[in-house]
Amino acid sequence: MTDSSIEAVDLTKNYGKFTALDGLNLRLEGSKCVGFLGPNGAGKTTTLKIFTDLIKPSRGSALINGLEVHGNKKKALENCSALVETPEIYPYMSAREALNLVADLKGLPKSGRKEVIEEAISEVKMEDWIDAKVGKFSKGMKQRINIASTLIGNPAVIFLDEPTTGLDPRGMAEVREIVKSLKKKDRLIFMSSHLLNEVSDVCDEVALIDHGKLLAYGTMDDVTARFTGEEGLADASFSKPVDQDTLDRYILKLDNVISAERVNGKTVRLKFNGGQAAQGEILADLVALKIGLVEFKTAFSKLEDTYMSLIQEGN
Amino acid sequence: MEADTLGQLEEPQTIRVPDSITQIGTITKYELLNYFRAKRFYVLLIIGLAISALLTFLVAYYRPESFLNTSLTFYSQWWGGSVTFVIILSAIFFGGDSISGEFQNKTGYYLVSRPVRRSSIYVGKWVASFIASMIMLLLFLGIAVANGVYYFGAGVPYQLWQSVLLATLYMGSVLSFTFFWSSLFKTSVISVLVTVILFLFAFPLIDGLLPSLVGAEPWFVITYGAEVITAVLNTSYPVHDIQSKTPIGKGHFFTITTFTPYLWEGIAIMLAYFVVSAVLGLFIFEKREFA
Ligand SMILES: Nc1ncnc2c1ncn2[C@@H]1O[C@H](COP(=O)(O)OP(=O)(O)O)[C@@H](O)[C@H]1O
Ligand SMILES: [Mg+2]
Repeated sequence: MTDSSIEAVDLTKNYGKFTALDGLNLRLEGSKCVGFLGPNGAGKTTTLKIFTDLIKPSRGSALINGLEVHGNKKKALENCSALVETPEIYPYMSAREALNLVADLKGLPKSGRKEVIEEAISEVKMEDWIDAKVGKFSKGMKQRINIASTLIGNPAVIFLDEPTTGLDPRGMAEVREIVKSLKKKDRLIFMSSHLLNEVSDVCDEVALIDHGKLLAYGTMDDVTARFTGEEGLADASFSKPVDQDTLDRYILKLDNVISAERVNGKTVRLKFNGGQAAQGEILADLVALKIGLVEFKTAFSKLEDTYMSLIQEGN
Repeated sequence: MEADTLGQLEEPQTIRVPDSITQIGTITKYELLNYFRAKRFYVLLIIGLAISALLTFLVAYYRPESFLNTSLTFYSQWWGGSVTFVIILSAIFFGGDSISGEFQNKTGYYLVSRPVRRSSIYVGKWVASFIASMIMLLLFLGIAVANGVYYFGAGVPYQLWQSVLLATLYMGSVLSFTFFWSSLFKTSVISVLVTVILFLFAFPLIDGLLPSLVGAEPWFVITYGAEVITAVLNTSYPVHDIQSKTPIGKGHFFTITTFTPYLWEGIAIMLAYFVVSAVLGLFIFEKREFA
């Protein structure tokens, strides 16, 4: 089996005069999970809707395995599944029937189908509700069924649009585990999220989007490095408040430290050169100073900083 | 979750997405399942039964001459008198928000993002509403025939079967038309309201006013075409136009023309509504954005 690919070519979507998606160019290929990261309103849902033919692009094209979705939807989506926004499921159907509907549409063979559906349901921990009517479900339960529906038919490409929205923290963690377990040979997953920690936890690569434009695409490390440059950030916490004198005379004098500023009385944020090797030495030096170091951890990376400022700007 | 718990899901399956006809069947099947579990179906069933029960009682109690003259007049009055109403009611109940509801309730997202043509969804839902409506129609017919057999014996006039065929065509046509409106509007209430207003007020008004005010034939109105359903229930098919003159003094007459569509004409009107609505409704649904 050849690698799956999805590709956006100059993908643009206008709503009246407003440009929700602005000339997106992105090609994903192979077996991996790519996070589509961006603040609310960045254009993530818009992109995934175009890829599932829920809306049409104003310009450009969305291709799955080289096939343009608009115009060849049935063929292009043949080996795909998608969860875009939170679809409502027909309230009079049971969870089992809702998945059977998808299995019928996808042409799943009758033999072994019962097991496939029951496994999909247990994967999202809804076994106890399998024959209950979806109309009675909470938003989170419906979302679980929606996720289960994307598992039907062993799809080679999976689109997930913020799959953890509407779930409680435990549900979010469970869904992330499910997405991780979906990663496998011959499968390309494209998952949008506005949560950086979610993307870095689940995904191998990240595509950063804001205001309908792609800002960066690459592995987590690549993209982090691109925003971080040479400088690292770490927070050092002490058992007692650190005075200016200690800061100037000892901490700032350490090798590779560029700057040190107090975040609060007991915590100091260090900016340093030299990557992880330097970070290790600084830690050792701080311990040697015997000024009561109790905690030392990598602070917000520049990626996080950049991302946080994107979010603040958007709000 | 370990990868090996995904055994069945991960099993390499060579799945081929079924052809569109099969997928239409799937949509129809689940849409019918929705109908049969919803209150709406039973409300309509009760309305249909209530109309039938009322007719049964009135005929048995008052023995009206117009009904009990011949078996043909019986069916003309019973079936011919109410079937179009039953059809319009069914179409409003089953077709009125069939497509608009998919947008309003966001259920459309569950289907549309799958490898299935939008036209298959549209057609599948139409077939389901047609089947559900036919159940109503056949129930109504069954009770009419049961009464007819009670009063006139087993010999059912052949004109009734002609009328049933025409009613079936009308049913398909009205559904196609309501589907068009439900495809045009994203709000269920509006699409239902538009069909109600058209069928219960606007069309009957045009049918009545056009001939009497300007003496023109309302050949472009679907309810006019549907008059063939009752027209065939006559010993001889009614003439196309009858002029009745009422003297209004000084040698002047007020002329009223009553039109009955030719059989071919009625069929053509219904077919035209069917085809045009289907093409437009499908076109709109294909273009519609789930935004
Ligand atoms: N139907 C619509 N009409 C007008 N603007 C829209 C519509 N849908 C989305 N938008 C706008 O497009 C932008 C991108 O939206 P969306 O793709 O949903 O963002 P995201 O999923 O990244 O949060 C937002 O500013 C949103 O307000
Ligand atoms: Mg979104």
